[in-house]
Amino acid sequence: MPLPAFTLPPLFARIGPHLPQLPPTLALVGGLNLALDRILPRDHLDALTGKKLMLRVLDAGMSLRFTLGERGFRPLLDTGRPDLCISATTRDYLALALREEDPDTLFFNRRLVMEGDTDLGLLVKNTLDAVDWSALRLPLPGLAPR
Amino acid sequence: MPAAPELVCPAGSLPALKTAIDHGADCVYLGFKDATNARNFSGLNFDEKSLHEGVAYAHRHGRKVLLALNTYPQTDNWPSWTRAVDRAAEAGMDAIILADPGLMAYARRTHPTLRLHLSVQGSATTHEAINFYHEHFGISRAVLPRVLSLAQVAQVIAQTPVEIEVFGFGGLCVMVEGRCALSAYATGESPNCQGACSPGKHVRWEQTPKGMETRLNGVLIDRFEAHERAGYPTLCKGRFEVNGASYYAIEEPTSLNTLELLPELARVGVKAIKIEGRQRSPAYVAQVTQVWRAALDQLARNPEGFRVDARWMSELNKVSEGQSHTLGAYHRPWK
Repeated sequence: MPLPAFTLPPLFARIGPHLPQLPPTLALVGGLNLALDRILPRDHLDALTGKKLMLRVLDAGMSLRFTLGERGFRPLLDTGRPDLCISATTRDYLALALREEDPDTLFFNRRLVMEGDTDLGLLVKNTLDAVDWSALRLPLPGLAPR
Repeated sequence: MPAAPELVCPAGSLPALKTAIDHGADCVYLGFKDATNARNFSGLNFDEKSLHEGVAYAHRHGRKVLLALNTYPQTDNWPSWTRAVDRAAEAGMDAIILADPGLMAYARRTHPTLRLHLSVQGSATTHEAINFYHEHFGISRAVLPRVLSLAQVAQVIAQTPVEIEVFGFGGLCVMVEGRCALSAYATGESPNCQGACSPGKHVRWEQTPKGMETRLNGVLIDRFEAHERAGYPTLCKGRFEVNGASYYAIEEPTSLNTLELLPELARVGVKAIKIEGRQRSPAYVAQVTQVWRAALDQLARNPEGFRVDARWMSELNKVSEGQSHTLGAYHRPWK
């Protein structure tokens, strides 16, 4: 069943910015690092190394800042202007992850906004599109093979 | 009534290729990760590993894979293009889609059994031009530029032994196919040689108090108010001030959608329908391929009773660039 249309209640967007952004950022980079080199080829993402990235979850009031370093993705405490900022709502990020929505379609509809270095944005979008999720069925690092 | 046309779908990645096959594409076209194709964008396209996996997947399902080798090589980079021809042959691809005559000669000479298609970027709109490519390089199919009316398409088909493929759906541009200089004018990089119209490194989107602005190498292309639909950051679809009025001075963003012409296209002998959009995601490929497969299947079952399902149109409108769709040049009462 396709994801229904929803937006988090406005309260989230109001209080979100006043809450610590580090815990959700840690969850995000943790997930990305699990994917890195397994379904997200590191060499394809080289151009992101050292770049200031920001993911804004509009209806949750969250701004997650992170970067890609030698040892993987990590949170960024720098509050300066990011090199790339991507903004959307919780629902639309989920729909993108589930491949129910096409990013260009959301972009035409102004539901996905990309600011900063467009080339980095295209790299992120196209690399995520190229992820072969079936490879996730491979065992996680550190777990005994089944 | 000739057989229903083949459905030729775009793939910018391996998941898109698999999605196209799973949703009923007869052929999938793709490009390599370099300037040899006209969708040379960061993170897009195929390397050796994904190419081999993609070709194997398609062939396992009895479908074809075509290589878009549709940019023009220059003297200093000629070997990269001939190498791409060789890679396609070695990978067992079913055809290569070419625009450059020198490259066609190379492909014909080096890989005599490799099937050649004339790209839309070759800009051949007459049967004389298409037959020239057929006689000299043995091309099997030509993709027609999106500038001919349906009557003109029929005339071309009647006078050539070459299979004709036409665009059925997707984004439109000014369609000076293979010869457009607008993006090069602003960026100094030619889409026809370097493979990207409005390359990402020259594009900037910025939220300003006046709205979302988009610039190509500093040139303001458009400014969108909060709830206006956005389009691709190309010069031909920008809004400009002309004599004090600000409007789409060259062309309004719009998508081609020829679903309703499908019976006519099949009747005049079109062999294949091409879907635009190698830059789009697997989600787009799924949505569009599904609709066109259903339409072609209905046409094959019942050519006389073919009706466009309203749900098909609403699915396609959802993923379109621009606020409208058009029959483009196909429907042109004037001659």
